[in-house]
Amino acid sequence: MVLLREYRGKEILRKFGVPVPPGKVVRSGEEAAKALAAGEVPVPCVVKAQVLAGGRGKAGFVKLVNTAPEAVQAVEGMVGKEFKGETVREVLLTTKADIARELYLSITLDRSSRKPLLMASAQGGMEIEALPAEKLLKLPIHPLTGLVAYEKRAVSKAFDLPPAAAKDLDRIMDSLWAIFEKEDAELVEINPLALVGDRLLALDAKVILEDDAMFRHTDFQQEHGELSPLEQKAHDKGIAFVEIGGDIGVLANGAGLTMATLDVLYQEGGRPGIFLDLGGTDDPKKVVEAFLMMTEAKPKVVFINIFGGVTRCDTVATGLVEALKQAKPDFPLVARIRGNNEKEGVQILRAAGIGSYTDLAEAARNVVALEQGKSIAPPPAAGVVAGGAP
Amino acid sequence: MSILVDGKTRVLVQGITGHQGTNHTRGMKAFGSNVVAGVTPGKGGTQVEGVPVFDTVREAVQETHPTATCIFVPAPYTRDAFYEAVDAGLPLAVIITEHVPFHDMLKMLYYGKLHGTRIIGPNCPGLATPGGAKVGIIPNVVFKPGRVGVVSRSGTLTYEMVAGLTAAGFGQSTCVGLGGDPVNGTTFIDTLKLFHEDPATDMVVMVGEIGGVAEEEAAEYIGSSFGKPVVSYIAGRSAPPGKRMGHAGAIIDRGRGTAESKVKALEKAGAKVAKFPYDVPRLVESSLKELR
Repeated sequence: MVLLREYRGKEILRKFGVPVPPGKVVRSGEEAAKALAAGEVPVPCVVKAQVLAGGRGKAGFVKLVNTAPEAVQAVEGMVGKEFKGETVREVLLTTKADIARELYLSITLDRSSRKPLLMASAQGGMEIEALPAEKLLKLPIHPLTGLVAYEKRAVSKAFDLPPAAAKDLDRIMDSLWAIFEKEDAELVEINPLALVGDRLLALDAKVILEDDAMFRHTDFQQEHGELSPLEQKAHDKGIAFVEIGGDIGVLANGAGLTMATLDVLYQEGGRPGIFLDLGGTDDPKKVVEAFLMMTEAKPKVVFINIFGGVTRCDTVATGLVEALKQAKPDFPLVARIRGNNEKEGVQILRAAGIGSYTDLAEAARNVVALEQGKSIAPPPAAGVVAGGAP
Repeated sequence: MSILVDGKTRVLVQGITGHQGTNHTRGMKAFGSNVVAGVTPGKGGTQVEGVPVFDTVREAVQETHPTATCIFVPAPYTRDAFYEAVDAGLPLAVIITEHVPFHDMLKMLYYGKLHGTRIIGPNCPGLATPGGAKVGIIPNVVFKPGRVGVVSRSGTLTYEMVAGLTAAGFGQSTCVGLGGDPVNGTTFIDTLKLFHEDPATDMVVMVGEIGGVAEEEAAEYIGSSFGKPVVSYIAGRSAPPGKRMGHAGAIIDRGRGTAESKVKALEKAGAKVAKFPYDVPRLVESSLKELR
């Protein structure tokens, strides 16, 4: 997910011909004062903190102001503040609109029908989840035809707009589809799409682009609002790493197996905290890199659960031994290694003083015991708590 | 009997000269698959693991008559590779490649449907019929021929599951990895319908995970018309909402796609849902006993 802040979403809307109110992004009260003095944004205006999470209006991060000093004060009150874990760095000053009606329009992927889905509601302005189902029009778009005229007519009928605004709506829906397709969006949402006089204006924009398609959009600097700093770092290195709050680190191969390993620990009474998917690799260096990433997350205990399929057990073991030399972890380690070249892998670990379990349940119980400060048999060897011999 | 692939399957490997393509061509041949050709543009006339390489899919089809293609081509070129396979008339495309944009996948899915090409994947380990053929990357050692069908959204977890079944004496009819992306070419329901028709499959092990509603939809089909026992395991019970758990498709989004919802739907449909992955063989055993 590449989340874009409102003003960047609006830049895309504007590029594709969607009417957007004029605005100016500022980073301090001083910049705001300059922009206002130069008449770049007339007062009264709206001051909006540029953050990725929703619900900023209720939290006081969107303010309507009547004078330039009020606007400057509002900007200063927002910059540097935290909203849902994100520090406000940019604030959008934008013109105030006299809103007659608020509408909702979006396109996203519907996994169930395996088609893009156009959603429209004559009751915009609120969160889409809060809308009753009958107030929300849902139209699947066939990927091979794109958005077609009869579907747009259905939305137009539901919105019942004055003629000039109806013409705007038709163009805006085409633009929305073009953005979804050409910019590789996961979501493009205008909420509210406002009726101002007899014309439409996009007062907010939420655009999420698809990570996997970024190879054809080098113009976007990647921002992943939902990632923690460590997750972002791992992402940049191409490591699948997720923090989920507990204190057991899990290093496994394959997303499914890693998830299942977290589940087993959780169901055994432990608190899994780090998901690290090694993926299919035959390069010990990648194992070292992944393990160092894990060390940075400061887990209380680490569980390594490898099923060698594409990945060979001896490769992982070699990488692991090397990683331990480099990282010198101060947390205990439990390993379970099975599958392709299992014997060789177990031998390499054993030579380095790390035992390995074959039984997942037994290994998981020992991990949880270590997390809870209990000791397990056999005793620690070479600074690392070893698993039992298979 | 089996589903989708068997001893008669003739395999084409697109991207055969790459590291993965070459390694897994060796793996497929060792499994017993009949790998008849490979394609890498510009490498026509060479050989990989004794398999002739062609510049285009059309040439490979004319010369060697493959019935399925296994695609290892990197994500930016996967769509084109797939279109080439469809246009050459191949009915089955197994797409191993990870990180194919879903926008590409949507177009591929419907273009394939239009011309009768089924997709398995993308971002999947492929499929295998023990004693028949493997198209993909599932490790050979885990299998044993038998009568349990396996269908899964993950890779390694599937290998574990299949290895567990094999160790407990339960062989497999066909094992299908659907892939971890938000849009799969073949779904749980599609696969269950094939297993339903297959006289060589007595029951099915279905391995799901958080994200989307494919398991819930499959549960409806199981409850209404599947008619064979299903044992299921769902990964992601401990996953928090809003976090993408390694697979692009494994995310609880706006309250949808939780493990709880899937487990509930499957249990309601009469499937046995394993709490732990290692409980699956025991549940398979009791299902088969009930069947007799």
